[in-house]
Amino acid sequence: MAVQRLVVEQVRLALSSNQAVAYAVRDADVDVVAAYPITPQTTVMEKISEMIANGEMDAELIHVESEHSALSAVVGASAAGARVFTATSSQGLELMHEILHIASGLRLPVVMAVPTRALSAPISIWNDYSDLMNTRDTSWVTLIASTAQEVYDTVIEAFRIAEDPRILLPVMIGYDGFAMSHTYEPVYIAKSPERIREFLPRRDRVKLDPNRPVTMGTITPPEWYYELKYQQVVAMNEALKVVKETDKLLGELLGRDYEPVETYMMDDAEIGFLVYGGVYGTLVEAIDTMRSKGFRVGAARLRLWRPFPVEDLVEKTRNLEKLIVVDRAISYGARIAGPVALEVISAYYYEDDAPLIASVIAGIGQRTITEDDFVKLAEVYMRKGRDSPLYRESIYWGVRGVEVK
Amino acid sequence: MDSQLPTWRELPLGGVILEPGNSVRRKTGDWRVFKPVINQDACIRCLLCWVYCPDGVIHILDKPYTSSKGKTWDVTLEIDYDHCKGCGICVEECPVDAIDFIEEVK
Repeated sequence: MAVQRLVVEQVRLALSSNQAVAYAVRDADVDVVAAYPITPQTTVMEKISEMIANGEMDAELIHVESEHSALSAVVGASAAGARVFTATSSQGLELMHEILHIASGLRLPVVMAVPTRALSAPISIWNDYSDLMNTRDTSWVTLIASTAQEVYDTVIEAFRIAEDPRILLPVMIGYDGFAMSHTYEPVYIAKSPERIREFLPRRDRVKLDPNRPVTMGTITPPEWYYELKYQQVVAMNEALKVVKETDKLLGELLGRDYEPVETYMMDDAEIGFLVYGGVYGTLVEAIDTMRSKGFRVGAARLRLWRPFPVEDLVEKTRNLEKLIVVDRAISYGARIAGPVALEVISAYYYEDDAPLIASVIAGIGQRTITEDDFVKLAEVYMRKGRDSPLYRESIYWGVRGVEVK
Repeated sequence: MDSQLPTWRELPLGGVILEPGNSVRRKTGDWRVFKPVINQDACIRCLLCWVYCPDGVIHILDKPYTSSKGKTWDVTLEIDYDHCKGCGICVEECPVDAIDFIEEVK
């Protein structure tokens, strides 16, 4: 992140990422919020309901009986033209799964925050990204933030992306459950919401209106369905451009710059790591430690997961000898089992001189990834050439009983 | 596939139907296997078929009808065969068995 240029007047608060979400939702002038409690999401809604009760925020908060209903309620409100928001984690996101496709298929600009959490069974309330990665093919624009500041900024940006007439797709913002959702960081928020609201103009779109009746969600026989799905393909691909444009406008507004793929010390690096979410902070510290010992290592972070920024990723990592992709989710039964690693390898398939790409699974169920883990991983891969089996399949870092040599 | 149909560029996003009431253009009559036919002489104009028809295809026409026995009715009932799916509910509900259900051979 670049040096702050405070364009809009801002105040500095100590916020958890969940609270940062609530402030962004307030500043974005959201009309309807519906949610069902689940750890670690619950404090998002606690803060929002507090703001509504205190009169700081003018929105309808719908108490529902499940996450399936929460998303259904905001889908209905969005169809009627409201600006809507919901949040969930883990099993809650799984229960929403059916409606994830309906929100995108109906082209509704729903915005959702997902403090990510491991999936049952066995029950884990702790963090990994297996919930968010399961939503890969739902046609939601998906961003992953790595600081509470970025969470605030990204939730604001998400409404503009979702409501862009070229896109009209729902947007999901992921960030680490607990490690971010429940830890406090300094966050700059707009002193008054007016400029944020100018940044998020109310745009006209097709909606349910008794004076101009339309029908949404009809049955679609084989001669119509495919074209409507193709519209989603086009909108998703277009979203890459729109996210970048919006990043730029957001930078002009709030003085903080974001890109789909961000890097640290990458220019002359031989070995690079690619991660997503809050663990990027740990990685950057580890890079500093390794650099101080003379190792040419660098860090990259994937901020935009869907649409996948192929060119940005390749451009920023192609000079590496080795690229180690650390995933915090498992695609069971795939030899390369890291969802992002799979995508990176596919991005490089037609590129000449691709780096050797390694897939590392770590941090499952919040098995903490430390600086030392990154140092040790760099040491392992430093010694391994193209013929090592460690590139042929994912390695499961930190499992008791598994030794990586 | 029919090349006369609109392309992905021309369809409203998300398949939203912008023109209300356009279902009249979808002729569902060809789903029918059996065809209900009203016997105007036997019909007592109770309108139960009109009440029960799930597709609203029983039309009450402002057209007087005089039966073969000399009874005159103010209205005539007619079925919209473009949209009658042949479900047979009217046949079942008619209290005087005035609707025949005839297999259609196409």
